[in-house]
Amino acid sequence: MKFIRNIFTFLSRRSSWAIPYTLFLGMFVALPLVLIVIFSFTTNQGEFSLINFEKFVTQPEAVNTFVYSIGIALVTTFLCILLGYPAAYILSNKNLNRSQTTVMLFILPMWINILVRTLATVALFDFVHLPLGEGALIFGMVYNFLPFMIYPIYNTLQKMDHSLIEAAEDLGAKPSIVFWKVVVPLSMPGVTSGIMMVFMPTISTFAIAELLTMNNIKLFGTTIQENINNGMWNYGAALSLIMLVIIGITSLFSDSEEQSQNEGGII
Amino acid sequence: MTGNDSIIKIEHLSKAFGDKVVLDDINLSIRRGEFITLLGPSGCGKTTLLRMIAGFLKPDSGVILMEGSDISNVPPHRRPLNTVFQRYALFPHLNVYDNIAFGLKLNKVQSSEIETRIRKALKMVSMTDYEDRDVNSLSGGQQQRVAIARAIVNRPKVLLLDEPLAALDLKMRKDMQMELKQMHQELGITFIYVTHDQEEALTLSDTVVVMSDGKIQQIGTPIDIYNEPVNSFVADFIGESNILNGTMIKDREVEFIGHTFECVDEGFGHNTPVDVVVRPEDIYIIANTENAKFTGVVKSCIFKGVHYEMFVETDNGYELMLQDYNAFEVGSTVGMFIKPSDIHVMQKERTCNIFEGKMISSTDVEILGGQFQCADCGLQEGDNIYATVNFECVELMDNKEDGTVIGEVEFILYKGNHYHLTVLTDSGEKVYVDTNDIWDKGDIVGISVNISDLHISKRV
Repeated sequence: MKFIRNIFTFLSRRSSWAIPYTLFLGMFVALPLVLIVIFSFTTNQGEFSLINFEKFVTQPEAVNTFVYSIGIALVTTFLCILLGYPAAYILSNKNLNRSQTTVMLFILPMWINILVRTLATVALFDFVHLPLGEGALIFGMVYNFLPFMIYPIYNTLQKMDHSLIEAAEDLGAKPSIVFWKVVVPLSMPGVTSGIMMVFMPTISTFAIAELLTMNNIKLFGTTIQENINNGMWNYGAALSLIMLVIIGITSLFSDSEEQSQNEGGII
Repeated sequence: MTGNDSIIKIEHLSKAFGDKVVLDDINLSIRRGEFITLLGPSGCGKTTLLRMIAGFLKPDSGVILMEGSDISNVPPHRRPLNTVFQRYALFPHLNVYDNIAFGLKLNKVQSSEIETRIRKALKMVSMTDYEDRDVNSLSGGQQQRVAIARAIVNRPKVLLLDEPLAALDLKMRKDMQMELKQMHQELGITFIYVTHDQEEALTLSDTVVVMSDGKIQQIGTPIDIYNEPVNSFVADFIGESNILNGTMIKDREVEFIGHTFECVDEGFGHNTPVDVVVRPEDIYIIANTENAKFTGVVKSCIFKGVHYEMFVETDNGYELMLQDYNAFEVGSTVGMFIKPSDIHVMQKERTCNIFEGKMISSTDVEILGGQFQCADCGLQEGDNIYATVNFECVELMDNKEDGTVIGEVEFILYKGNHYHLTVLTDSGEKVYVDTNDIWDKGDIVGISVNISDLHISKRV
């Protein structure tokens, strides 16, 4: 009886509620990260070594894939901004769009699994007799990640204090100047969020690349996946670590930016 | 100090948002160099009027003339005026210097001149050496100073200020009021100032425009507005006042609170019902009751800093508010008198309710969007009629279903021994009610009228 009561008091403490999450985080986030670090700094015999990193730096193929992946990610992100910003602007402008449904339609693809969408893209390219390859890859990436760019920008634009736009007009700014000098700078936190949400996942994508290029173009994600599939755990872990560090650096950069802007997107 | 030529002229300006009329045929002429204040309770249309002058809203009808030319359709960035916004609206991505330079850079002012003009503007708002500060790191008062500097640095012909001090604390507000007044004198440009604070309006302005319900109630100097309010709304809104029903017996003689007083007003005719306004500081109170004009018993006495505020019930049962430097004990009997020049007599805006309607049978009438019973007066179905009801005959009910029609209490005026309410019905008409019951602004009430109190006359 006393034992049951003890369990009950233990469970009713607020700090006890965190236990499942802590366990989950430990098992599936922290432990794998630790393992990645351990694997990347050891040989397959388990001895400490920097050989995996040496291999990466000396092998032109891996470095080339890495640079190419970043290039594709940059192009995708750039195209997403180019298409997403005007879309977000139109959606957030009350004179141009009054309905929440239109916003919904733009966000809707986010609800569908990325593989399903990509397979549909393959089918579409097949149907209109367009070749798969680099073009299809970029199309697929932009199509998949565009909502992640639109939504944060739309969010910041919608939350923007309208009196700032009026103040700019009042000080003599014609509509185009209001846009470039006030609206664009103030929506930068949203753009930064969008970049984070598009750039980071695109570096490590491999499924889209495999499906849309018939396995002809390798991205960095593909390289990691191949190595691990072929049992080269240590080298794969090292490549993952390199990618994590690069992503970590970009996110640190955007964190400090967002704090100073004091108005966030959705992350 | 000020010329007589008008810089802005507003003619027959109207604006409605959906069904709600926010500005109703506004006519206003603003002199060059004047400090003019648009004053009124929230929702009276003062901010809408200012935003129309700034160009953020387009009028439904009417014109705004600036120096003779119609600017109603000119976009805001081409109007030679600048606005100080209520919530400052400083650009958070620019520092103090770049915020102030925003307008100058757009107008292609030379960079050397920009710098001297910014220095001067910052000095004027006592913010020297703040150029490089991030605007988010400034306090509310400092941000407002930067906002003022950002507007005046462009040397506008007219400066618009939309409740610029509303977000500041009292002490800061008082200081800023003085600074604004001084700034107005130094710059010599026209200030159009919007506020709901009557004290601020009286302190700052050359001219006060009192607005209510989208209409201008009175335009005048602060002294005129305070001493000679044109109607009970203005009298009640500006300062404290006792507003009482009275009768003008003849020229220079008025009867109210059951006594006859000598006054200075003429030309109202004989035995005319009027509204009488007496400011609380204009009623003299003495301990000696023998030499007094009338007497009363002190009901409450509160210390207000400079003076005491007292409520006195007079010998005829009217409650008056008084202010005096001396305190009088609660419960004591005191004597009072009022100087003839301190009694302000106003024409009554109305003496009874008159509604337009029509007969729906010989004993039923449709008014205020509802069906009321009336005595048979020989009129037939479909006849257009006027229905008159005295203020005290309108019954208000807590339970809105009990009334014939439903209304909302919009305005309450205490008249010494009863309340005079303005009730807005669902049909959009106003019903005026005299009652002893206490209602609050915004109460939803049922309205009904007794069959014998409804007087019908034919309308042609």
